[in-house]
Amino acid sequence: MADLTTDFVGIKSPNPFWLASAPPTDKEYNVRRAFEAGWGGVVWKTLGAEGPPVVNVNGPRYGAVYGADRRLLGLNNIELITDRPLEVNLREIKQVKRDYPDRAMVVSIMVPCEEEAWKAILPRVEETGADGIELNFGCPHGMSERGMGSAVGQVPEYIEMVTRWCKQYTRMPVIVKLTPNITDIRKPAAAAHRGGADAVSLINTINSITNVDLDLFAPEPTIDGKGSHGGYCGPAVKPIALSMVSEIARAPETRGLPISGIGGVTTWRDAAEFMALGAGNVQVCTAAMTYGFGIVKELTAGLSRYLDEKGMTLGDLTGRAVPNVTDWQHLNLEYVTKARIDQDLCIKCGRCYAACEDTSHQAIGMSPDRTFEVIDAECVACNLCVDVCPVEDCITMERLAPGTVDPRTGRTVRAEPADWTTHPNNPGSPNYVPAGQTAMVSEPAE
Amino acid sequence: MTEAFRQGGILPGRLGPEDLSRNFSDLHAAFDRHEATVAADRCYFCHDAPCVTACPTSIDIPLFIRQIQTGMPEAAAKTIFDQNILGGMCARVCPTETLCEEACVREAAEGKPVEIGRLQRYATDSMMAAGEHPYTRAAPTGKRVAVVGAGPAGLACAHRLAMHGHDVTMFDARPKPGGLNEYGIAQYKAPGGFAQAEVDWLLKIGGITVETGRAIGAGLTLPALREEFDAVFLGIGLAGVGALGLEGEDMTGCENAVDFIATLRQTEDLTTLPIGRHVVVIGGGMTAVDAAVQSKLLGAQSVTIAYRREQSRMPASRYEQDLAATHGVQILTHVVPVALRGDAQLREIELAYVDGDMKPTGETVTLKADQVFRAIGQKMEAVEGLAVEGGKIAITGAGRTSVEGVWAGGDCATGGEDLTVTAVAEGRDAAEDIHAALTA
Repeated sequence: MADLTTDFVGIKSPNPFWLASAPPTDKEYNVRRAFEAGWGGVVWKTLGAEGPPVVNVNGPRYGAVYGADRRLLGLNNIELITDRPLEVNLREIKQVKRDYPDRAMVVSIMVPCEEEAWKAILPRVEETGADGIELNFGCPHGMSERGMGSAVGQVPEYIEMVTRWCKQYTRMPVIVKLTPNITDIRKPAAAAHRGGADAVSLINTINSITNVDLDLFAPEPTIDGKGSHGGYCGPAVKPIALSMVSEIARAPETRGLPISGIGGVTTWRDAAEFMALGAGNVQVCTAAMTYGFGIVKELTAGLSRYLDEKGMTLGDLTGRAVPNVTDWQHLNLEYVTKARIDQDLCIKCGRCYAACEDTSHQAIGMSPDRTFEVIDAECVACNLCVDVCPVEDCITMERLAPGTVDPRTGRTVRAEPADWTTHPNNPGSPNYVPAGQTAMVSEPAE
Repeated sequence: MTEAFRQGGILPGRLGPEDLSRNFSDLHAAFDRHEATVAADRCYFCHDAPCVTACPTSIDIPLFIRQIQTGMPEAAAKTIFDQNILGGMCARVCPTETLCEEACVREAAEGKPVEIGRLQRYATDSMMAAGEHPYTRAAPTGKRVAVVGAGPAGLACAHRLAMHGHDVTMFDARPKPGGLNEYGIAQYKAPGGFAQAEVDWLLKIGGITVETGRAIGAGLTLPALREEFDAVFLGIGLAGVGALGLEGEDMTGCENAVDFIATLRQTEDLTTLPIGRHVVVIGGGMTAVDAAVQSKLLGAQSVTIAYRREQSRMPASRYEQDLAATHGVQILTHVVPVALRGDAQLREIELAYVDGDMKPTGETVTLKADQVFRAIGQKMEAVEGLAVEGGKIAITGAGRTSVEGVWAGGDCATGGEDLTVTAVAEGRDAAEDIHAALTA
């Protein structure tokens, strides 16, 4: 069994699976259950400043997007930060941490963007014995209307300023949680880095309206005929999160900054993908809210077994895919593939044909007996047939060996990679050939 | 189980009302909304889908399943009815295991097809329960068409003709319209008076008059119909049942399976319907299975289907054979009846084993039999003046007979299997051809 013990910015946990700051970590009862189930750590649901706590709506807080068989693919929420008194939360945090000293206890905080407010709360959190803090600069609903949450996360200068205050007033590691509701995730990450953040965590939820009630003509979840945008999470947001994590992992300004990966982690595989793109651990919420805390057994067993099969440690996994994330212009244009259909596996549904014939390149032929075959002279290797085929591995992409002729272009595939930067159609390329002129150097494949 | 259960002879009330009510309720329970959604989610929306090709009425199955997925079962029903106005009954009685569901790519992939039949029922029931009839008639054409036989072929034909604005008069020999839907299929496939409810719903189109108790040879003649109407469609089904050709066939207990089924279907209180303690059904088709299973469900102690060839050649589908076996019906193969014994009341039947060439092997078996049901196929009663081919009315194209102005479809005509769904397709297509001829 691979060792899943994790040391994330000095915070130790028996495994890299933390529960994200969210409803599952709002109180002692839930967190104890989570630790009993085997979770490596929690980020306690966001605490606000002392005084009357926030209130939540008393109607529905969540909206859902479903796949087949009502499988929850996306969840949206309009819940605010904890609506329990600060003292109660602090007391519970202290008790739980005392009883589970081996688990990571990180406390999420969101107070007004004033130095005094942060200065006031930090010692009180520190006093609980918590291992670290996470700054909630992400909540896209409700709190942002009051100048907190994503309203801060969308202004890099504020991120940097608040992070600096926190580093100044506490010895605890500071994790800055980023909102994805921005245009370039590298900017807020770099600001956190400049402010001295020990790590960033991402993504928080995405502005969303999951559904519209077509009788009430109101967004869902609907509160007395009205709705507000909420924060979207769950498996549907994973691709967005992966991309943002990878951007931070490979940007020169933030390279090496520890990342806690969040966004739709549901299985060990999701977790491994986040870690391969640079995350040192992951945080989970929607999967637990959908299936309960028991999923952590699958997460730990699966990740452990995967690492064993690969002969890797957890440390080897983190960032392993980062060097392979590149810009489009560096993709090898001499990598020529063609779709191949395994006739033994084919169930003759014809979805590949419909997709290719109607929406792509007319590169799949259909015979009267419903045999589907790829027409190499038309196939651009777009992968759509692979993606729509209901049978795994029935359609695969096969690389044309160097030296073979691509029947679509009539060109011989070369062994040496060549990309857009050297392509004659690229005005920025040394081989650029303006329209109407003939190429002086032989072109690489398209 | 009642006292009568263990008594010999042909007796009513072998089972009590509760058992009978349970035995003759829906063979396949209707889907509720959740079940329908889960089942619909399995459809791949195949291109040029094999299930559509396999459906004699060419219902756009992937489309209607997608409409169920999107919460529009009524729209799904419209998709079905556009091709098959008896889609409700076909959803119940179609041997889907040899049609759409056999062709389903998930049958190839997992041996578990999308449950198309039950989804079709979910959709059609939704619209019919709401009382909605989605078709209206075109402007009146002033043309009058006679449809003889109010079974699936006749009903489909009449509806389509009425839709095109023609006035239709339907004739049927029986007291109720519906044909085999009403008289000829197992009760548990369409309980709750569905056949009549479907006819009532279908007639909502308007422009169709039904005259029962009238048939060719029973007050109607083809020349008179041709004289009175602009076109004639014959959907008269099959009537005559072949005899076994054995002595003693006139004994009490020797019956036609189709008559037994028809009586059962028309019996309000099944505790009054007599059934033998020991029943033997001769034949191997759907009718044989329907008679055998229903005998068992009425409380017969032993029921045997006696079929002359190997089991794989039984015309009843494998699914139907398994249904019989599940109900405790014994299937005896390679046997032909050679003697019936009893006094006034049948007591036993002797069967001889035969080889593949129907030659007796010399071995025989004698079974106790209070009742023997003949299910050895029906014959068409010839209509004077019409060319016949292979014992059926010869047709070309969309149901055109040898006589101008006369069309035919369903079991009485050549072409296609003798299935409800095939009859619907033939009736519908003949209607289109009649419409084209009348408006040319």
